[in-house]
Amino acid sequence: MKDLSAYTLRLGDDALIAAQRTAEWIAAAPQLEEDVALGNIGLDQLGQARSLLQYAGELEGEGRSEDDLAYFRDEREFRNVQLVELPNGDFATTIARLLFFATYQHLLYEELRGCADETLAGVAGKAVKEVAYHVDHATQWVLRLGDGTDESHGRMQAGLDAMWPYTAELFAGDELVRRLPVAVDPSTFEEEWLRRVTQVIEESTCTVPTSSYQHSGGRDGRHSEHLGYLLAELQHIARSHPGASW
Amino acid sequence: MVTRHSVASEEVRVLPHEPSDASIWDAVGEVADPEVPVLTIADLGVLRGVRHEGDEVVVTITPTYSGCPAMDLIRHEVELTLRSLHVDGRVETVLSPAWTTDWMSEAGKAKLTEYGIAPPTGTRAVGGPVSVSLTIRCPLCGSPDTAELSRFGSTSCKSLWRCNSCREPFDHFKDL
Repeated sequence: MKDLSAYTLRLGDDALIAAQRTAEWIAAAPQLEEDVALGNIGLDQLGQARSLLQYAGELEGEGRSEDDLAYFRDEREFRNVQLVELPNGDFATTIARLLFFATYQHLLYEELRGCADETLAGVAGKAVKEVAYHVDHATQWVLRLGDGTDESHGRMQAGLDAMWPYTAELFAGDELVRRLPVAVDPSTFEEEWLRRVTQVIEESTCTVPTSSYQHSGGRDGRHSEHLGYLLAELQHIARSHPGASW
Repeated sequence: MVTRHSVASEEVRVLPHEPSDASIWDAVGEVADPEVPVLTIADLGVLRGVRHEGDEVVVTITPTYSGCPAMDLIRHEVELTLRSLHVDGRVETVLSPAWTTDWMSEAGKAKLTEYGIAPPTGTRAVGGPVSVSLTIRCPLCGSPDTAELSRFGSTSCKSLWRCNSCREPFDHFKDL
């Protein structure tokens, strides 16, 4: 139960923090359709986060709700990968992250929907169909920007380069995923992930980044300096007015 | 994935003839989707089941998308409907099996078109190795000469299109 709760919390934190970052684009995207698209993608991620955090709280058995887990934990208690907490950067950088993260989530949920835990399988089976649209959206933009003008190509490449050093963490399987039978060891689909993103990047005329340094630590609660600021915005109303509803 | 919301039981009267599961289905199935009010939750396939558990009626619903913000209101409306039938019951939200546009009734699709939203086509736009461009017929003038403006629209379940014949923009209930 403890392992399953911890595992579910990781998945939920990835989705929650990704949703918060994605939502920052609303009313700030390059065009109205993109406001709407990123708003909907963020909403899907938030929906997945709610189901996962609610389940993590139930498994934990200490009476914590999805809201308690989202609003009343501090930075070091979050278990998301650093990729999702990084600032959005320009639009191309956000799209680069979406390509990396959604492709990862798609492969993960595809595996997880067949797992022995009925609830996790249910969440994954639902989410995988939504994430297919996210992958598609990111792919369309990488192709358009990468194979566009010199300016858009340069920015797309810079975005891919900026996010690349945070991708290895997605696949760093640890003790928990090896110990827990229902967990999917992400290292098992790293090769397929690389194949898929390489195909998109090459078709876009960009180059697959080759940075050797890779960040890590998010699964243990060690985060970049950016997560604290994100949480301040996410949590401050709930913490200023505990128990308030509207 | 189960959320329980009980209806206060003190207000429930015992009727001489308890409504059957089928008649409860018909009544709660009339609850409208707050985002697309021309559709009921029965048309959409959001209503999944009605069953008796002892003295209690359990109505099962499923969201179209994980983050669908209409679910709270739908759940509330179903509870109010149960109360109006004097039925002691609760609403369960389930995620599995995952909702699909294939569950939308033919009557629902016809109502959507009439309302100005192009219904799902039964063909997935994404999910395979390549994305496929689909022709969606304009719900306003019927022309097949239309173009997708954005794969994401005014709600999670829709994409945004424009008709090249009558030039009107329209929503398409996208396949999932």
